[in-house]
Amino acid sequence: MPQPIVNGQNGHYHVLAQAASAEMTVENVRKSYGFHPVVKVLDDCSLVLENRKLTVLIGPSGCGKSTLINILAGYDMPDSGKVTIDGQPVRGPGRDRLVVFQETALFPWMTTFQNVSYGPRVRKEMGKEALQAETMKLLKLVGLEAFADKYPSQLSGGMMRRAELVRALINRPKVMLMDEPFRGLDAMTRELMQEYYVRLFETKPGTNLFVTTEIDEAIFLADRLVIMSNRPASIRKVIDINLPRPRKFQMLTSKEYLGYKRDALEILHVEAMKAFAKGKQDAADFMEAYSKTAGNP
Amino acid sequence: MSAPPKKSTNGSPGKKPQRFLRDRSAFRGCFSIIVFLLIWELGTRYGLPILKAIPPPSAVLSAFKESFVDPAYWGDWGSSFIRIGLGFILAQLIGIPMGLLMGTSRFFRELSLPVFEVLRPIPPLAWVPASALFWPTPEMSIVFVTFLGAFFVTILNIVGGARSIDARFIRAAVSLGSSRRDIFWRIVLPATLPSIIVALTVGIGVCWNTVVAAEMLAGHSGLGFLTWRAYVTFTYPLIVVGMISIGIAGYISSAIIRVLGSRMTPWLKTN
Repeated sequence: MPQPIVNGQNGHYHVLAQAASAEMTVENVRKSYGFHPVVKVLDDCSLVLENRKLTVLIGPSGCGKSTLINILAGYDMPDSGKVTIDGQPVRGPGRDRLVVFQETALFPWMTTFQNVSYGPRVRKEMGKEALQAETMKLLKLVGLEAFADKYPSQLSGGMMRRAELVRALINRPKVMLMDEPFRGLDAMTRELMQEYYVRLFETKPGTNLFVTTEIDEAIFLADRLVIMSNRPASIRKVIDINLPRPRKFQMLTSKEYLGYKRDALEILHVEAMKAFAKGKQDAADFMEAYSKTAGNP
Repeated sequence: MSAPPKKSTNGSPGKKPQRFLRDRSAFRGCFSIIVFLLIWELGTRYGLPILKAIPPPSAVLSAFKESFVDPAYWGDWGSSFIRIGLGFILAQLIGIPMGLLMGTSRFFRELSLPVFEVLRPIPPLAWVPASALFWPTPEMSIVFVTFLGAFFVTILNIVGGARSIDARFIRAAVSLGSSRRDIFWRIVLPATLPSIIVALTVGIGVCWNTVVAAEMLAGHSGLGFLTWRAYVTFTYPLIVVGMISIGIAGYISSAIIRVLGSRMTPWLKTN
């Protein structure tokens, strides 16, 4: 169990306590790729990432979730529409919005310590000792202090995800963008990571966008659940999840939880049927992903 | 060697079977070398076809003994190593920055890569006559040909390595506030380092191939020249001495590069 995060009085959360936070908005964003044929990926997407809320974006794989993340992060520009952070238009990547990627993006040639301290080090914001102390504090927070001098190739999948989480956190981003960060982890580790993550968020909530394809993960984490349609993607529905915090896994069997799940699955199922009716290539994937869970409403 | 090791013996499990394996494979290695030498010695002594023209190991050994105390022999070592050193190091000094530039700048790559693509398939030795025209002394043309051997390998490997850097690393680094300098020194360079080391490893081998042949064609010293002169002057045991010396020299060079390489890329160590 990831305990250190639950009790918050021993000064571990210096970084988190000062974390600034911002609201992001996406207005009528469209994005296509390619020339011939043109592939429409995002079609009139509008969305608000409320300040200090955990927004979870769910949709079928390949529907354009990563494209949206890339646009929010500023790696990619929309064809039309507007993206703002605290009212200011987004013009490119910045450390106020940090992405935790699907696959690990830890630098393989740096140790865990060097990876986590990378941001402040290149920006020369902190003295060497302060940075050292801060990095170790954060590593302790996620139980990696003994692995500070290991290279990513020597870490397990779950450890890499945690290292990446704190590599972003040390920069005190106003918005965290999580692009299916727990994908590919085994079920046990994934559950553990969800708990780490939700405690980290609950200790000091910042603006978070968490992208996933897992309905249980989505509802367990979310303040607001945003359901995306199949490609070309737009926002189908936003559900406010009013489960109490701190979240516990026992809630996954509660009545409210099952209600949310049924509502979400209904929409996702409709999306699947639409795609199926159009005879789309990805319809089969879509069906497969949701038929298991949609079977028992 | 004792009885086959059991799985869980006292103290360090896993260590014992490994040493056992290493001992056994070392033993097999020695065995095969001894058998090889034996066949060679007997074959030459009893005049087996093909082998009978070759000096026996015993003659080679005594030629080796003579060479060992002959300063001219070590002089040949020296001149080959100087040529390798100059050609190889120049190739890296010019090739690594150029490769990195071509790998990171599309403009520069599109401008210059076609020339390299055209010149690369030409074997370095085919440059010998031309380089004899370019350069005033044979020494310079040998170094030049050696240089070419490693140069193209370096450029193409590094361009490939720098271009295949995962975009996620660059993105992450940009997001975290890296300057262009940081991106180059902290991301691009270390990410390309494994390709650079591959280039060094392949390059040093090509350099030895090239320098030996170039010395035979145009040299007045060096291990390649020593081997060729031995043939021309009918001192056949010295031919084998030359061959073995070249083998050892090549091995030493690659071993140095291997050690340097693994020191420079500690994150690639599997454990």
